Amino acid sequence: CSQRRRHNSGALLQKVLIANRGEIACRVIKTAKSMGVETVAVYSEQDADAMHVAMADEAYAIGPAPASESYLRGEVILGVAKRSGAQAIHPGYGFLSENANFAQACADAGITFVGPPASAILSMGSKSMAKTIMSAAGVPVTPGYHGEDQSPERLLQEANAIGYPVLIKAVMGGGGKGMRIVHTHKDFLGALEACQRESAKSFGDARVLLEKFIAESRHVEVQVFADTLGNVVYLSERDCSVQRRHQKVLEEAPAPHLSQEVRTGLGEAAVRAARAVGYVGAGTVEFLMDAATQEFFFCEMNTRLQVEHPVTEMVMGQDLVEWQLRVASGQPLPVIDQSLLQPLGHAIEARVYAENTSKGLFLPATGTLTRMRPPAQGGNSRGMVRVDTGVREGDTVSMHYDPMIAKLLAWGETREAALTRLASALREYQVLGVPTNLEFAERCVRHPAFVAGGVTTKFLETYGAQLAQFTAAAPPPHAVALGALALMLKREGRIVAAAHSGGSGGSGGGGGGSGARGGPWSAAAGPWRVSSHGMRRCALRLSASTDEEGGKATEVSVDCAADGSYVVAGVPVSGTLTADGALAATVEGHRYHCSAAVSEGGFGGAASVTLWHPSGPVEGDSQWRPRYDLKVPARASAGARAGGTSGAMGVLKAPMPGKVIRVMAKLGAAVTAGQALVIMEAMKMEHTVTAHAAGTVGAVHCEEGQLVSEAAVLVTMDQGKAVPAAE
Amino acid sequence: MDALVADLNRRLAKAMQGGGEAAIRRHKGRGKLLARERIEAVLDAGTPFLELSPLAGGDSMYGKDDVAAGGVVTGVGVVSGVKCVIVANDATVKGGTYYPITVKKHLRAQEVALANALPCLYLVDSGGAFLPMQADVFPDRDHFGRIFYNQANMSAAGVPQVAVVMGSCTAGGAYVPAMSDETVIVRGTGTIFLGGPPLVKAATGEEVAAEDLGGADVHCSISGVADHYAEDDAHALEIARGIVAGLNAPGAAAASAAAAYDEPLYGPHDMGAVVPVDPKRPFDVRKVLARVLDGSRFSEFKARFGTTIVTGFGHLYGQQVGIVANNGVLFSESALKAAHFVELCCQRGVPLVFLQNITGFMVGRKHENEGIAKHGAKMVTAVACAKVPKITCVIGGSYGAGNYGMCGRSMSPRFLFMWPNARIGVMGAEQAANVLTQVEKDKRAAKGLALSPEEEAAMKAPLLSRLGAESSAYYSSARLWDDGVIDPRDTRRVLGMSVAAAMQAPPEPTKFGVFRM
Repeated sequence: CSQRRRHNSGALLQKVLIANRGEIACRVIKTAKSMGVETVAVYSEQDADAMHVAMADEAYAIGPAPASESYLRGEVILGVAKRSGAQAIHPGYGFLSENANFAQACADAGITFVGPPASAILSMGSKSMAKTIMSAAGVPVTPGYHGEDQSPERLLQEANAIGYPVLIKAVMGGGGKGMRIVHTHKDFLGALEACQRESAKSFGDARVLLEKFIAESRHVEVQVFADTLGNVVYLSERDCSVQRRHQKVLEEAPAPHLSQEVRTGLGEAAVRAARAVGYVGAGTVEFLMDAATQEFFFCEMNTRLQVEHPVTEMVMGQDLVEWQLRVASGQPLPVIDQSLLQPLGHAIEARVYAENTSKGLFLPATGTLTRMRPPAQGGNSRGMVRVDTGVREGDTVSMHYDPMIAKLLAWGETREAALTRLASALREYQVLGVPTNLEFAERCVRHPAFVAGGVTTKFLETYGAQLAQFTAAAPPPHAVALGALALMLKREGRIVAAAHSGGSGGSGGGGGGSGARGGPWSAAAGPWRVSSHGMRRCALRLSASTDEEGGKATEVSVDCAADGSYVVAGVPVSGTLTADGALAATVEGHRYHCSAAVSEGGFGGAASVTLWHPSGPVEGDSQWRPRYDLKVPARASAGARAGGTSGAMGVLKAPMPGKVIRVMAKLGAAVTAGQALVIMEAMKMEHTVTAHAAGTVGAVHCEEGQLVSEAAVLVTMDQGKAVPAAE
Repeated sequence: MDALVADLNRRLAKAMQGGGEAAIRRHKGRGKLLARERIEAVLDAGTPFLELSPLAGGDSMYGKDDVAAGGVVTGVGVVSGVKCVIVANDATVKGGTYYPITVKKHLRAQEVALANALPCLYLVDSGGAFLPMQADVFPDRDHFGRIFYNQANMSAAGVPQVAVVMGSCTAGGAYVPAMSDETVIVRGTGTIFLGGPPLVKAATGEEVAAEDLGGADVHCSISGVADHYAEDDAHALEIARGIVAGLNAPGAAAASAAAAYDEPLYGPHDMGAVVPVDPKRPFDVRKVLARVLDGSRFSEFKARFGTTIVTGFGHLYGQQVGIVANNGVLFSESALKAAHFVELCCQRGVPLVFLQNITGFMVGRKHENEGIAKHGAKMVTAVACAKVPKITCVIGGSYGAGNYGMCGRSMSPRFLFMWPNARIGVMGAEQAANVLTQVEKDKRAAKGLALSPEEEAAMKAPLLSRLGAESSAYYSSARLWDDGVIDPRDTRRVLGMSVAAAMQAPPEPTKFGVFRM
């Protein structure tokens, strides 16, 4: 059905294919829809139920989960564009967005690539070529020497010309190898020799290049936009200095503490850079800025819409995707007069990642978002808080793609207002199912150095580990009480409708209640007992948020009164919980409004409760956390029975006669419940004998290759030695 | 009434303590949960438990021997969404041995289970029959053996029998798990054997440890007497919950799909004030109904006829019920009206709720001559034959033939509860004392002797005190003449739960006997 409509230059595109996934695909679809442009999504097998697929007018499967077999297959995507009649392809960021071949293939196929011409991508794709072009166009580049003459004399001469400190880098280098920082000309030759030797050894190539070394630098970038009619403008700059391993964590616009002169200089240099390569569409010119002098040098140009483009949108009051689609349609830029493009207020973005920050390692995490409640959006015409996301509650963060869950943005009249707003939005963001960097990001935003503004790219190197060190303190008593309350309300099925989250959870006491349901035997009617003043008592073992088994479990007694109130560890608690997790509770006369998510974890009574901001931070209370995770561990015996092998708990016996083929149990070794200790082979099958419970291996009674009879004792455990039982 | 309720709560609190602190410490020292803790653990979280006869064995029934709650906790509760009868031995009370009242209470629980088709869950922890009283425990029809007769026949009738062995099950007791459809046993504490180690040694000379003789390992892996192996009490109860969930029991789904209903317009808090404690002072029973029925709505039947009995339809937690409530002494018309109304309910399959406060049928020549006995008989016939669930609550007096007509214990109501002010007897203590002294007077008069007022008073006083004590709600409850004494404010709850539990059994058609016309 090749009914592709030819695109007339000047008329708005009618149909665009988005060659991407996740939040950026959703972002593009949103604007396209608002403009009346039809949207076509593509998706991998993994993404069949993804949000961007659900949002688009049409969607096509393009291959298996790995990007190389789906989102990176340009020819397949072009085929979909032709089939669906899309006149243009928006590549988003990543994937094919800076692939010159693909841009060219689009052009050849008569499909508009929403981005610059292939030539511009090529020019900017090669660092050395880009530098040469930029130099020629009068864009400041980092002083350096990239020449073929590798004689020490010439190199020393160039180094002196650049000015110290100077960086010597292997041409073929990477990963810090073959790199030296030289602070004075006296040290240069020695360092050069060492560097060349290392380069030759590591890369088989002794050639080096020289660059000015900037000790304290900032990452400042300029948003530029060009149309096909020759107009080029810049839309403020962004500061993205808070990054680690080239991954940005916080981005803001405009860059703090720059003089108007520097801003204008940056913008104009960026426009010159764009013009120099015949740029079309949205682009970002990145500069390395000397934090001390505010001198800036061209770094590279990203020939795509950046992840962090919304901060620019918020301060400029413009929709950059709309600009892209207009430019791709051959229309002029919506604003051509540079003087009209003045930023208003301040915007900041935090990237919310599924990652484990707890040990400062920042490992990407995967899992299902069992709960995802972004903070409330909107606020004013510019949107005080904005969430760009491509996942919904119940979606999966897979290993195949970027673990970014969302971009959370806040705008304020001042930088301080924006920061405050972002910090509280981060605190309101509720995610369960995967660990996130929400708390880490909030701590970054609140860090005095960041609040002061103008931090360098070493910010996370300097403070990251410290910011990731959360005090794993025991939750305060009120949090325990609230958690126990939420758990009991959930367990006893006393969830109220969201409409009335006040009132008492009374049991048919008062007169005139209307439309009650559930009958006299339901939990809704309350745990009535013949002796009405008598309370039921149950014990909860609650432990603070720790991944380690057992954690810091403390026994908490809960008394349940017939009127639906509770006494947690001697403290009277009452309140209501809605299906959505809104918890309104009174603890010892203090009223709390917070959010709680309770998940019951099946066998053995395991459960977990997460509380979000059960109270505001108390001045000087370093233990305060925006979120508490309480766990009710499965009973020990529940873990024990997971082992499944016969015999008393401390003794592991052979389940049947057979041959021992592997012995993993080591004398005195601490093992966890369910850990494999011995593997046997019998009846042509392997049987794994696992530890019933955590403990220490007390004795090993078998060896590999040994034939054992049924119920022969294989391993004896000293139970609980690894984790001493609490008194 | 508040004082009476306070007294009730004192008695209940004492009964809840089981066998006392030392016994509880010993029990817990073995890693075992208490009987009531076991029940709490097996019930669905947050659901009610309709405990039956918690004051059984009390009121100094066995003199100094305090058999708290009769040594066994019984009741109806929801397990995995299924209403079940739970029978939990309290090993802290006399080692969980069976006194005569224990047997009676166990059998009553089974009767409730059978009548209402409720699965039985036995949480066994008992030393068997209380030997010193074996003659009152073992030989008769309604003694120990009847437990097993009931188990077999209930199982046959499709009423599931599940046992959880959480202590010893010796001798006869071994048959509770053995006769059950499914049995769980706890490692270490649960044992099942016909003869314990001392008996074995005496009989055969074999020396064997209890665990090897009949512990969980033996019964789950060798003998097959038990089916499920539990690590501890909590685990065992979890398994039991799983078993009940798998019973495929009817009504599990229906319970959650109950209709919407309105709470009464009048709260229950002043229930005690509505009913005077002095049984001689009349009150309008409709005031009680206003605090019991959904939305305080009652559509009365024959409101202007036989006005000393109040009949009509209402709802309890969305379930339709027919109400028969006393509002004075029974006359012929009242009896006829009640019989008519009971017939209506049977015809329509509506369960009956009796609110009993009756001094009896009217006496005197006029009434005897108009045949009040045959009219009363019609009411008794109707009530006796009615196969719809009948629930009775004694809110005042329960005297004479009125007890029969108003569905006393002998009429087999599915449940019968008493308020703390309730009195039960052939007649009032005072009347009875008067009758007895009148008889004595007549006897003496026949011999030409007179009874001086002093002699009369001396004769009356002990009679009054004994008859008074014997007609109290606690004397009744201790002997299991009822299913428990309740706080009047809980009437709606208790009746609602009872009706809901009773409606579990499929309805049976009613066939009435001959009505003397």
